[in-house]
Amino acid sequence: MIMTETDLHVLEPDPSDRTLLLEINDLRVGLRRGRTETTIVDGVSFDVDPRTRFGIVGESGSGKSMTLRAIAGLLPGGTEVLSGSIRYRGTDLVTAKPSVRRGLMGPEIAMIFQEPMTALNPVRPVGDQIAEGPRRHLGLSKKEGRALALEMMGHTGIPDPVRRVRAYPHELSGGLRQRVMIAMALACRPKLLLCDEPTTALDVTVQHQVLDMLESLCAEVGAALVFVTHDLAVVNKTCSDLAVMYAGRIVESGRTSEVLANPRHPYTRGLLDSAPDFDQPGRALVPIPGLPPSIANRPPGCAFAPRCSRAVAECDSAAPILTTSTDHRTVACFRAEASGSEISA
Amino acid sequence: MTDAPVLEVDDVAKTYDVSAPLLQRLFRQQQRTLLTALDGVDLELRRGEILALVGESGSGKSTLANILVGSLPATRGQVVQDGSAIPARRDKELSRRIQMVFQDPYSSLNPRLTVRAMLSELLRVHDIVPRSEVRKECLRLVSLVGLDEDALDAYPGQFSGGQRQRIAIARALAVRPDVLIADEPVSALDVSVQATILELFASLRDELGLTILFIAHNLAVVQHLCQRVAVMYLGRIVEVAGTDEIFANPRHPYTRALIASIPRMGDTSGAADLVPEGEPPSPYDLPTGCRYHPRCPFAEAQCRELDPSLRPLSESAGRVHLSACLRASDLPESP
Ligand SMILES: Nc1ncnc2c1ncn2[C@@H]1O[C@H](COP(=O)(O)OP(=O)(O)OP(=O)(O)O)[C@@H](O)[C@H]1O
Ligand SMILES: Nc1ncnc2c1ncn2[C@@H]1O[C@H](COP(=O)(O)OP(=O)(O)O)[C@@H](O)[C@H]1O
Ligand code: SF4
Ligand code: SF4
Ligand SMILES: [Mg+2]
Ligand SMILES: [Mg+2]
Repeated sequence: MIMTETDLHVLEPDPSDRTLLLEINDLRVGLRRGRTETTIVDGVSFDVDPRTRFGIVGESGSGKSMTLRAIAGLLPGGTEVLSGSIRYRGTDLVTAKPSVRRGLMGPEIAMIFQEPMTALNPVRPVGDQIAEGPRRHLGLSKKEGRALALEMMGHTGIPDPVRRVRAYPHELSGGLRQRVMIAMALACRPKLLLCDEPTTALDVTVQHQVLDMLESLCAEVGAALVFVTHDLAVVNKTCSDLAVMYAGRIVESGRTSEVLANPRHPYTRGLLDSAPDFDQPGRALVPIPGLPPSIANRPPGCAFAPRCSRAVAECDSAAPILTTSTDHRTVACFRAEASGSEISA
Repeated sequence: MTDAPVLEVDDVAKTYDVSAPLLQRLFRQQQRTLLTALDGVDLELRRGEILALVGESGSGKSTLANILVGSLPATRGQVVQDGSAIPARRDKELSRRIQMVFQDPYSSLNPRLTVRAMLSELLRVHDIVPRSEVRKECLRLVSLVGLDEDALDAYPGQFSGGQRQRIAIARALAVRPDVLIADEPVSALDVSVQATILELFASLRDELGLTILFIAHNLAVVQHLCQRVAVMYLGRIVEVAGTDEIFANPRHPYTRALIASIPRMGDTSGAADLVPEGEPPSPYDLPTGCRYHPRCPFAEAQCRELDPSLRPLSESAGRVHLSACLRASDLPESP
């Protein structure tokens, strides 16, 4: 290891420290044109403790990527945080000065994208790109930077790093590029790693390797993970906690194993029923009827009502509020599936 | 389903010339660089089945698909349809018989043509129905893939991903092919939409008797839809068997690695030891002997010398199980 703890300008998380790493409160993201606002992410709240792995699932267009990008301060042009707060170790990133934000990206917060080419510079050797963050933020020399790049490439399982440190992104396969991006993101030992569908484009064996590697590297550097995917089996393998998003809102959250074993929101149930499960070969797939609403036309009541088999009249007029029950399960549905002590007549 | 092959792939090889331009090569005194994408592929597709083609990224699945539909020439070997070899240059009639559906429903449709214009054009060019029946046939095609009549007058941009994939399937079916090649047709779709497209493929097989080659990475999807599975590794087919048989009794170590890598819904940590370490060897420089030996936990001395061919192993429910592993019969029981 070339980096000693004192080289790092950031503190190792103290295991007794109970402060939340990330605290998102009533976050709204959207477009503002004059006085009209179009809401894409609509009142999302969740907390991430140090060292946890938090998954976000939902259909495409539900606002998963926009939520991640808001945390990273990388919202696409035209979109912005409309209201709410994103507290990172107590500092609200929404109101923080751009210089404070820039200082956090890299040494504290890093992001991994679905398509590695969006994050990699096609005309620079990958080794230089991995070393860039540590050189800028941790003040490493050119030589130390290269040594760290080699070490990170080894850590992420890239064979023959000495040869590949000089390679350009197009000379590597998709799986290797994804590893380079992960090496780049972890080089500054961030405390929070944001992953947007990092394995969707990979085949199963490479996916397996990348997920295992993320898990062990996070444990090693003490980082927490926010992991966006639309694959329930991947989230089951990777994340301790889970939030399900629909039409810009979180509709259900809790421990991954509990939510997937006993979903309470009809949408979560629908996702599970429509995906084939390798361990239940004969089971028929039941698709959710219809399509998610477009952002401009979200229904006034529960956004899922037009597709929901449990819907009642009430669902069309009022939006259900996300409520946490005594068993720490959170769900936004008037007719949530109950379990255990909650079952009422 | 009958066991008669509709399509036979016979020792097909494909090398890509990835050399630098000639002048540059002369100047730097470099050799030609060849990349072996397919290295002697044998495979048969039986009438009315959905055969899965799975395997590592870069193993040659899409290359094989492109050779089957005739959009890429093979370097060696031949494709035989109903007993006769397909010539290198296909005429209109031959190109009609094998059709392709791609992963990306967004880029595979012409954005400036309505669905009706696109379908009518194909029906006329290939003379599928008399001119007077083109309208009716268009309607039949969209309803076959589960879309309304309204869809006919819309442009691809007006549809969702799942609807576009339905249109791409309707376009492939318009010319009444014998075989459909689907290259990762559901990978880009949400689970709920994916379920409806899988249902559509199953009904095309069951009701029209269509033969489908289904390329996929998601093995839960493969298990759900396909009757047989062919596994590819580095330009070769390394195992073929019925779906239940191959998942219960995999007889090639790479297949075992694939199965161990499947993310599970239940609380199973899998047989993690079988997951291959490292990257596949470079296709520029294939290993000697068995091409899986550098990563194989069961490799022995002979594996570095002998290049195993795909051979029948046992009969399972009347269908042959093939494996290209020297130790296929003496591998330990799979966990
Ligand atoms: N036009 C080309 N020129 C040079 N090499 C190519 C070309 N197309 C494919 N290859 C190479 O041929 C090999 C097989 O590629 P192919 O696209 O068939 O893989 P695949 O099995 O479909 O992979 P994936 O699962 O990622 O889609 C790879 O090594 C690839 O890099
Ligand atoms: N740059 C943008 N301008 C306007 N709307 C956008 C922009 N990027 C994404 N959106 C919209 O925001 C919604 C949520 O998108 P996204 O967060 O990418 O969804 P997910 O990641 O869950 O698939 C979608 O309806 C999408 O069309
Ligand atoms: S609130 Fe009503 S419409 Fe919404 S998910 Fe619950 S039952 Fe369905
Ligand atoms: S032939 Fe040898 S190296 Fe190849 S797969 Fe079989 S046991 Fe492994
Ligand atoms: Mg996204
Ligand atoms: Mg491919």
